[in-house]
Amino acid sequence: MTISLKRLFQSALFSSSLLALSAGAASASCGDIAGRVSVVGNEFPAIHTVTKAAATCANDKVTVKANLTADHQKINLPGMQGNPAEYTSAIIATSSITPLLNGNVIRPLDDLVAKFGQDIPKRQLITVNGKVVAVAFMANAQHLVYRDDVLKKIGMEPPKTYEQLLEAAEKIRAAGIMKNPVGGAYATGYNLGLEFINIYMALGGELFKDGTPTASVKNGQGVAALELMKKLTGYMNPDFLTHDSNATAAEWEAGNVALMNFWGSRTGVLMDKQGSTPEVYENTKVGAPMTIGGGKIPATTLWWDGWTVARNIPDADAAATFVAMKTGTSPAILNDATMGQAVWMIEGYKPAPVNQGVMLTMESGAKPYPMLPYMGLLHAAIGENVARYLSGKADAQTTLADIEAAYTAAAKEKGFLK
Amino acid sequence: MKHKTFLWFFLPSGMAMFLFIAMPIVSVLTQSVYAPHEQVIREVENCTLFGCSKATQIDQEATRALRDAEPMGRFVGPSIYTDRNHLAFAEIAGIWRNASGLGDFFGQVTNLPFYDALSFTLTYTALVTPLSLAFGLIIALAVNALPQLFRGPVIFVSLLPMIVTPLVGALILFWMIDARGVLGAALQALAGDPGLSIKASTPLMWTMLIVYGVWSSAPFAFVIYYAGLQTVPGDTLESAMIDGASRWERIRYVILPHLLPLTTFMALIKIMDNFRVFEPIVSFSAGAHAKSLSYFIYSDLGGETRLLSSAAATSVLTIAGIIVLISPVLVRTWHAFGRVRA
Repeated sequence: MTISLKRLFQSALFSSSLLALSAGAASASCGDIAGRVSVVGNEFPAIHTVTKAAATCANDKVTVKANLTADHQKINLPGMQGNPAEYTSAIIATSSITPLLNGNVIRPLDDLVAKFGQDIPKRQLITVNGKVVAVAFMANAQHLVYRDDVLKKIGMEPPKTYEQLLEAAEKIRAAGIMKNPVGGAYATGYNLGLEFINIYMALGGELFKDGTPTASVKNGQGVAALELMKKLTGYMNPDFLTHDSNATAAEWEAGNVALMNFWGSRTGVLMDKQGSTPEVYENTKVGAPMTIGGGKIPATTLWWDGWTVARNIPDADAAATFVAMKTGTSPAILNDATMGQAVWMIEGYKPAPVNQGVMLTMESGAKPYPMLPYMGLLHAAIGENVARYLSGKADAQTTLADIEAAYTAAAKEKGFLK
Repeated sequence: MKHKTFLWFFLPSGMAMFLFIAMPIVSVLTQSVYAPHEQVIREVENCTLFGCSKATQIDQEATRALRDAEPMGRFVGPSIYTDRNHLAFAEIAGIWRNASGLGDFFGQVTNLPFYDALSFTLTYTALVTPLSLAFGLIIALAVNALPQLFRGPVIFVSLLPMIVTPLVGALILFWMIDARGVLGAALQALAGDPGLSIKASTPLMWTMLIVYGVWSSAPFAFVIYYAGLQTVPGDTLESAMIDGASRWERIRYVILPHLLPLTTFMALIKIMDNFRVFEPIVSFSAGAHAKSLSYFIYSDLGGETRLLSSAAATSVLTIAGIIVLISPVLVRTWHAFGRVRA
């Protein structure tokens, strides 16, 4: 995982946004609960909405506290390992739930769902081995973001495949409109690892040998994925290995980029009037994720965000947490201001244009990001080694062999492989 | 001093050293020879918003039984040290057998993550330590030659790189060397290559990190040398002048020998500091081009799945590296000390 500059900066210089919410007006919908609610989660507008709504359950008997920070993955596991746990709930996503499952720090929610959550739609319940472990409230994915005006100038439709994207990029460059028209979060580490996984899975590649923890990326699809990434980076700002999602968004807002595969949860920032000129934000459009080489699977992965309840807390706190978080993700939170913040997986959600990309991704047959105990280790190994390939330090075969070797050593240490 | 008095005098610091230096090292050493238990994996069906799929999960009950039997984890001896992500003995042996020449051998060895990090760390230490001392000395000599009136402001300005928080100082430089930043654009114009990017080139990134290292640590050497210069005996300098020694000869034969103990002391501190180089790599997002041992430890701890044993092993290797590097200086100090006593 790469270190996002912003993340380190935030943790080093400013304390994370800690909002302690004292007893406010008791909400009738929370019912008869008493206990401590303490939430840890990532920091973006949709999650603020959830924790604010959860805080309406605070009263004389219930305290609600939220610690929202981009560093949440570093603190949620240690913060839930104590007994009693500091955090009674962690807001997590597809990949960040695995360390919590591996560490056995979140509790099955079946009894709480039976008691308090009968009205939660079944599709929101995330189950592992038949047990509910989390309640999802939003979906996220990377998909095409393009500049309508630039594509019109070169007379092309929005690309549906990466081949068309490369063709469009060449035309934009040849027409002298932009020097490096392709963008993307290609920062060494986590971001780069995810781009490889997206493309590799779209090419039909399997990350592990049939159901075992043995990695298998040294194959034709692996080479093809690396080669496509190298071609794409040929049209990117040469500093691409330092561009995380924030830097990529900044490049877009500066009007330097016309085509990219980017997070749905961040397109709102690109389309709002802040930090950019009308030429850029008025022409920023989203589309379905792209496929490769005539394949059917688009080069992206589906993600959900949801909440969990800690294991090492008294049952009363667990009940209070469940009810508060359920209130935080109830249909009542949806209004004009919050509707566009995310692709809410909540009854009553009406997609805004800004969220069209994620909706299209869900319809496109994209695969969910793998929820496997050892996925994080492989992701980290990919992120480090693909950077070596893209900066010309290793060839494709060496890179793929290095990914497998680095993963194997780490997985042996963690006890996943013998 | 009586032994008893000395004991009481030393006890508080001794306790603190034991608690904050010895204990953590023991803990890290222990951690590095133990690894998590073998995980019992079972196949499960996961259902999410996007449908159900076959997946695997850690069998918590079975794993708990293993954990209760051996709460420290699985004893693995030195196997973490020798695995592919650290000293990689087996891999190096393989490379040695198959390499076409010495260049190919070193190329393949530095492709291994630990040696990759080690090669940058050593290069950085070997260059930044002498360069920052040399620059510090030059600034100190220059300031010392200034009229009294200007010394204050010049000293203040020279100390700025040290006053600025390393992370912030490096970030400012990071933005300046961006392809669209002041320095980055100037370099493109100088080289006549509009595609030139410091952040995209490994040699340029290494140079940048080393320049940053010298920039940020020269003021430390300057302050110490400047203080040292105030103690140079006036008579010796005067007699050297009467003997017809030029300014350079006075520096070479009077000032430098006088400052030698200071130089040894600073070399010691700077070697330890530079071997732990970390902040600039983070601030420059240089992870793709340069990794240091500290950065290596940080990435092990920062991942979604933390590799504690791996981080511990690298920490122990870092400590060992520092000991090896500073031992010549320590031996030298020891001899010097012995000579004074005798």
